[in-house]
This record gives sequence, structure tokens and C-alpha cells, in this order.
Amino acid sequence: MASSTVDQSQVARNGLREKVLTLNSMNPRVRRVEYAVRGPIVQRALELEQELRQGVKKPFTEVIRANIGDAQAMGQRPITFLRQVLALCVNPDLLNSPNFPDDAKKRAERILQACGGHSLGAYSISSGIQLIREDVAQYIERRDGGIPADPNNVFLSTGASDAIVTVLKLLVAGEGHTRTGVLIPIPQYPLYSATLAELGAVQVDYYLEEERAWALDVAELHRALCQARDHCCPRALCVINPGNPTGQVQTRECIEDVIRFAFQERLFLLADEVYQDNVYSAGSQFHSFKKVLMEMGPPYAVQQELASFHSTSKGYMGECGFRGGYVEVVNMDPAVQQQMLKLMSVRLCPPVPGQALLDLVVSPPAPTDPSFMQFQAERQAVLAELAAKARLTEQVFSEAPGISCNPVQGAMYSFPRIQLPPRAVQLAQELGLAPDMFFCLCLLEETGICVVPGSGFGQREGTYHFRMTILPPLEKLRLLLEKLTRFHAKFTLEYS
Amino acid sequence: MQRAAALLRRGCGPRTPGPWGRNQSSAAAEASAVLNVRPERSRRERILTLESMNPQVKAVEYAVRGPIVLKAGEIELELQRGIKKPFTEVIRANIGDAQAMGQQPITFLRQVMALCTYPNLLDSPSFPEDAKKRARRILQACGGNSLGSYSASQGVNCIREDVAAYITRRDGGVPADPDNIYLTTGASDGISTILKILVSGGGKSRTGVLIPIPQYPLYSAVISELDAIQVNYYLDEENCWALNVNELRRAVKEAKDHCDPKVLCIINPGNPTVSQSTFRFANLKPQNLPQATSTGQVQSRKCIEDVIHFAWEEKLFLLADEVYQDNVYSPDCRFHSFKKVLYEMGPEYSSNVELASFHSTSKGYMGECGYRGGYMEVINLHPEIKGQLVKLLSVRLCPPVSGQAAMDIVVNPPVPGEESFEQFSREKESVLGNLAKKAKLTEDLFNQVPGIHCNPLQGAMYAFPRIFLPAKAVEAAQAHQMAPDMFYCMKLLEETGICVVPGSGFGQREGTYHFRMTILPPVEKLKTVLQKVKDFHINFLEKYA
Repeated sequence: MASSTVDQSQVARNGLREKVLTLNSMNPRVRRVEYAVRGPIVQRALELEQELRQGVKKPFTEVIRANIGDAQAMGQRPITFLRQVLALCVNPDLLNSPNFPDDAKKRAERILQACGGHSLGAYSISSGIQLIREDVAQYIERRDGGIPADPNNVFLSTGASDAIVTVLKLLVAGEGHTRTGVLIPIPQYPLYSATLAELGAVQVDYYLEEERAWALDVAELHRALCQARDHCCPRALCVINPGNPTGQVQTRECIEDVIRFAFQERLFLLADEVYQDNVYSAGSQFHSFKKVLMEMGPPYAVQQELASFHSTSKGYMGECGFRGGYVEVVNMDPAVQQQMLKLMSVRLCPPVPGQALLDLVVSPPAPTDPSFMQFQAERQAVLAELAAKARLTEQVFSEAPGISCNPVQGAMYSFPRIQLPPRAVQLAQELGLAPDMFFCLCLLEETGICVVPGSGFGQREGTYHFRMTILPPLEKLRLLLEKLTRFHAKFTLEYS
Repeated sequence: MQRAAALLRRGCGPRTPGPWGRNQSSAAAEASAVLNVRPERSRRERILTLESMNPQVKAVEYAVRGPIVLKAGEIELELQRGIKKPFTEVIRANIGDAQAMGQQPITFLRQVMALCTYPNLLDSPSFPEDAKKRARRILQACGGNSLGSYSASQGVNCIREDVAAYITRRDGGVPADPDNIYLTTGASDGISTILKILVSGGGKSRTGVLIPIPQYPLYSAVISELDAIQVNYYLDEENCWALNVNELRRAVKEAKDHCDPKVLCIINPGNPTVSQSTFRFANLKPQNLPQATSTGQVQSRKCIEDVIHFAWEEKLFLLADEVYQDNVYSPDCRFHSFKKVLYEMGPEYSSNVELASFHSTSKGYMGECGYRGGYMEVINLHPEIKGQLVKLLSVRLCPPVSGQAAMDIVVNPPVPGEESFEQFSREKESVLGNLAKKAKLTEDLFNQVPGIHCNPLQGAMYAFPRIFLPAKAVEAAQAHQMAPDMFYCMKLLEETGICVVPGSGFGQREGTYHFRMTILPPVEKLKTVLQKVKDFHINFLEKYA
């Protein structure tokens, strides 16, 4: 390693000893981890912001972080009811204040009753507050048209990421040819590749079909699985629906096919459903894997192992900072479920404010509650604006030459494909950069727009993309899209 | 026999396929495989089973929330259903969870948190100005001025600056760099992250991690999960749980035969021993103060210097778990941070020894466990490793922002002259004073019981008394395939509803038995608890005499 050589000579010069922990001595699995959503491009965005603050002249006045699905950072207002209840929980003196609606107070009292010492400051049990697990189970039942959910199968978590890592951790075993393989979509959300690298599991890619609006094709799953069986033991299949970064919403038929495939091939299913409230396209509807699985009847319904994830970070609430989430497990071996609980107990418990927030997300005000009208209005406003932004993004990109964009059916991102001129590709390669990384870096330097190159999510060889959130306020988004397409045109010209 | 069978069913015995036992016997594995197919004849074997799951995860043990706590949960449910017991409630003295035991949150902290959560309250006249000022400052540093945005993976900038300023004050001016501060999801998260980065090698070059025995079982659990090698060094119970460098030397020497010892973990003030430091309390009269001996009782400055020198000599990465740093009160018996001592030992040490120090919002006088706030400070970490650390943290996006905000208030409390100062100080002193009283009470009462010995040292949150168990009790425990102190604690729970953790969960010298009990219940309740333990213990001794 060149850097280590430099380092060693510095060590000699300064009379410093070699460090215990170096790139060479560290955990090699951790070293292999990559996480594009907060990778080099975001580091550079941070530096640019700093430079702007220091008064350095740039061709733009602010950095727009369209790299991450962080709604409130983009100006989305928190839902009033959620924050009222949470404030009451945090500072119960406010329960005497006339400025809070009665239903908010009732909800806060109910949550506090379920907390140790009636305080958010006590640890909860490791699987989460029992009452909240019950509320989650009821939410799932309502969502799935009455299909029962057992609170004992619900585990609250520190955002969905935490639960996904926990379930993957349980699944990883074996060595060499028997090492656990995990099928993940390409493009994927890089939490998956990062976690698999960290756990030393084998990543098995299946490609989504860009030409069919990023649909999942079971024939492709077959191909990926067959090839993987040469060198590992594929044991799990991850599905992200609605898709991140693709924005694709799966049809019921597709989900049935995937379940049948998982059952036949003995794969544990992980369904990342954190965007379940974010479906915009008229023809699209969210179907939970749990519901479809149960409706398929035996043997699937009673045997197929499934873990489904949800979070407070997305949807209409966008409460990322609270790190609330849950996983529901279906048909999991009870003994393994105990192991999962044990593993979670080492970290004591998920943050209790996040648990409280999740409770409000899964049991919002009812039509007869005083807060219902305002809650509903705020919720609809957020979702309607997201839908408008999804349409706008698709429209602007599809009109731009050299950019093609699938409809954003759901989630919070657009993942357009970009044509890059051969000279740009060549130059990028000379710089040791992925061509779309090169494009995104140039975009950032010239416009202040921060998006994530497709290479961070995975893409078919020779194709280039970027992921952009649709979260900036509508007018800002319009401006951003114009700037971006103009930049692409200029970039294409420059390197043609 | 019936009881033994019941215990086995509940997963307490070492041979049951329960999650808490380290080594599954193959018989148990077969038994559970059989169980998998028995209930439904047509059922295929599951993909994810005890046999097929991650063996490192299976090896994890975590006593603080282990079988005894599961049992406590079952008993609570039974009580709720009206099943008669010789007691009316379960008292959870197993975990340092102050607010669950009735400790009131610090008003100022919760005021600022409420303002951050629901900024409309910034217009309310019922909140003090200094609380509003802090809330505004925190919100301004948050994306979109909201706790609901992700923060930078390393934590909110201004909070890291406040942490650095706090450390500088704490350490009498030794500088702290905000770039070296990483906010975490409780201290546990920081500890496991650093350990994760440190583990490498295979076979004899696998990373060995030195941990004290008794330890806080987070360490052994994380080491199992990472498949690192646990290297035990024993604290000296006869010498008030002092850390002895000769014992460290012995442990490292023996470990070098089979692994590469690279990391040394220190818990100071200690958990569960709490007695590596002397705890003396300002509100006690001098004659009531526990006797400090010249060696050991305090993880004295000298002891810390020796440890640092040893780490330097042996090229060990130091992990200093200092989450109880606020739980030392006496002006003449101070908490010494590893960071400070390291700096004061001069450049050979201060520019070479790699150190990570951990703190949390969960302990101290605030006891805000549920918020999962914490931080770590790293010293002399290789710049490339810092990059790796940020990358690793970024995969989980960020620590809970509300916990970060709570951390900010802990490191940046009201100062003299501010509106909230008086009330804040009063509340803080009251919590710490109460803890002091309870520590003394616990020690005194335990030492009145024949067959219990509690070190004359008072800790903020735990007692770790040694219990002398009669041979017949040890035999009975063995017949039930339980560690003798697990057997004792189970009986205690079943007969009195008091939930404590057996010493075997923390580690102890072979043939000695202990339990860990928090001193957190309110004074009157604590008195009852201690009396009940005493009665139980005397009964137990008679029964197995």
C-alpha cells in the first residue's frame, strides 16, 4: 500500500512508533465495506459547504444535498401531532398545559404508562415496549386487510437498518463453498452490500430490468442463484419494495412469483418495505410480502420464512433522526427468535423516543379525535407534494437528451440513466474514477448539486446512472432539475 | 426434580437449546432438530435454525438480560394474571436503569429536549430562557432545524464541539479536538464499533482482547460475536477489586501462546465491581467515610499510569470505559480520565498510545438510558483509520439525534448565573446524595449477613457482594446443571421477586460466587429489598447446611 509506505517513513522521521491499528492491521472485512450514500461525494459536499461559509467564491451559493432521503433536512415540516405527543412524553409537566389537544395528551399518557418509571429515560425491554409492539401488530393487521399479526413476532429497532443487519447477522454461517450467500437486487440500497461485506457473507447480485421500469424478473433470480451455487450457499433473498433507488413498485403477481421461487429454492426472504407509504403512480399499489404470503395459503403461508422491515424515517413523516423502526418475522424458528432477542439485548434497547414515535406512526389519530383533521391535512399535503415532485422529475428527465428516466412509482428517488461521451469515460478511467462518479463530482463542483453515482448502487456494466432524491421543495426541485439537465448537456458537449 | 425439569424447560440449564448457553451439546442440537419436524409432520426443516445460524451469534452470552431476566418477565406476567406468589411485585435490581426505579429526570434536560422536539414551545413563557437558548443552538445545528433529520454520521457538529469543551474542562485544560469525538448510540455502540475495527487475523494471529474479570458482559458478548479471543485478567477482590499490572502481564504472556493480544479494556469506575475506585460522598461526615487503603481501592492515578505504561510497552490499544465518571463525588478522591493521565505522562506516551474513551447519558446523575446517547473520544488514531471509522458508522446513518441532544445537555449544563443553575444543581446533588446514602446502606446491611461479604467500597449503582454457598447448595446447583450462583439467584427471584444477576455472568475466580445488584431502588424500598435478601440468604444457608 502506497499510503502505508509514506506513513512508515513519517513514523521514522517523527520518532513515532507504528500504530497498533492501521489499514493493514485492521479488520479486513470492515475495510472492504463501501457506503456510497455517505461516500466521497458527500465528503466533498461537506468541504464545499465549509468553503462557502469561509467566503470562497463558487459558481453556486449553496450545496443541495439530493444524495439522501432526509425529508426534514430538505424543509419538510414535522407532523404536528407526532411532535406534540413526543414533547408531552419528554416533558410530562406539559400534560397540564392547555396548549395541547386532549388526544395528544391521552396518547402520551398511554405511552408513558408502558415505560419503566413512566419515563422515556428508562431502558425498554430489548424487543421494544410491549404496548408498542401490540400497536404495530394491529397496524399490520389493518394494513393487510385483517391477516393476523402477532406482537411477539414484532421487534422494534434502531431504524430499519439495525433490524436488517441483525437478521442478516443471524443468517451468516459456513466457510468456503458453504458460506452464506445473499441475493440482493442491482441496483440496491448500499446498506446491503456494506453489511454483507462486514459480515463476510457472499453477495449474489440479481439485476432489475431497467427496460421494464426496474421490474424484478424471476428468470434473472434463477440465473443468479444457479451461478452462485458454484461458490457459496445462497440462503437469503433481499427484496426492496417500493424500490430504492429505483422507485419501482412491485405487482402482486411479481411478489407471488418471488415467494414461490424463495420457497422452491429454500431462501429466507427479507422484504425491505420502508417506503410502503410512498406510492405515487396511479396504477401502482403497495402489497406487503406478508399479506401475499398468507393469501397464497399452505405450504407457503405456514413455512416460508420472512422478515419484513419498516421505519419512521420515510413515508409522510420523514422522522429520520429518531431512528425508529421494526421488523416482523414470519415462520421463524422460535429458538432462532430467542437468539435474535439475545443478540438485541446486548445493545440493551432501541432508543425509546424512536419507539414512541413509531407508535404514533402505526396508530395515528382516528377520525373522531380532535387532532384528526389537522393530521390528515398535513399528511395528505406531504404525500401530494411528493407525488407532484415524482411526476415533475420524471417529466424533466425524460425530455432531456442523453438522460432517460423510468417513472418514479414510489419511494423518494429518481435513478435516471445517463449517456456519457466516450472521452469522459476515458478521462474518468485515467483518473481512477467510475465514469458516473466523475460526472457526479463535476456536477457537484459546478452546480453544488450533490447526487450519488449509480456505481454506488450497482448497475449493468457499461451503463451509468445517478440517484437523486425528489425531496427538495417543488420550486427548488424544478430549478435543480433544470440546472442538472443543462449541466449534462454541457458536459456531453465538452467531452464529445 | 420437578423444579429442575421446569428450569430446564425455561432454558436455564446449560444443556437446553436456549439462547443463553455457550456451548450447545450435540444432543441438544439433535433434540431441537427433532422438535422442528415434530409439530407438523409435513413441515420442512427451516432455513434458519439453531444448527444453521451464525455460530458466533449463538456463542454470545449476555447475563444482564439473560435467563434470570426472562424468568422475571414470566413471573411479572403471572402476577398480572393473579397467580399467587410469596411477593406482590418483581424488583428489577439487575440493571442500572435509574428512572425505571423511580429516579426523576433532571428538569432542565427534559425542558431543553421538549423544546427541541416541539419548537412551538419556544414561544411559551413557561420555559426558562437558558433552556430555550440551548434548544435553539441545538436546532440550528440540525438539518432543517429539526431533530427529525439525519445528522452527520459522526454526530452533530456543535455537540461534538461541546463534548470537546467538556473534556477539556474535565481534564484541567488538556485539549480535546472535536474531530476526535464520535457520538454514538449509547456507549455500547461505540465500544462494539471500535472492537469491530480492531479484530483481524486467523489462528494464532487472531486478535486477543484483554478484559477484566469481573467484567460488564457487553465485552464478552461482542468478543464472541466478532470471533475475537477473550483474554481474562482478574481484579483482586482481596484488595478491593484493584487492578494489578502483574496480573495483566501474566494474562498477556499466557495469551501470546494462542492469539495476538492487541487490545486492553479497562472499566473505570468499574462495573460490576464499582470498587476499583473509592466512592466517597461529600455529604457524609468524615468518620462515616469508607476506609481507603493505600493500594487498590482507587484506580488511582498511579495505577492508571502503570496501565498506560504497560499498554505502551506491550503495544496494546487501550479502551477506557468511563461511563461512571460522574459517579465519583468526594473532592479528595477524584476520577482520573485515561486521556488526562496519558497527556500528563509526556510525549512518548501521549503521542503514541492509542486510546478510545467512552461516555454515556445513561448513568451519572441523569440516568437517561432510553435516549441511547453517548460518545467516544479517540486519541492517536491513525488518520486512515478515522476514515474507516466514519465509513463504518455511516452505514447505520447516524446515532439517534434526540440522544445526541441529551448528550449535549449533559456536557453543557447550566452554569452559575444562568436561570436554571440553582434548580439543576439541587436536583443533581439530590440524586448523587441519595445514591451515596444507598451505597452505604447496602454495604452496611450486606456485611451484617453471615456468609455475605461486600467490599467496603461504595459504588454509584451496583453492589457485587461475594456469597459463600454451602457445599450442599453447590451440589444441588450442579444437579440442576446450573452455575451455583445462578441457582441461588433463581431461588432468590422465585421466593422474593428480587431480580439480581449471578456473578457467573460477569466472571469471577473459580470457586467464588457473587451477584450484582443495583442500589437504585428508593431508600425505603432498598431497605426492604436488603432485608429480604438477608432473610432469604439465612434461610438458604439453613436449608443447604
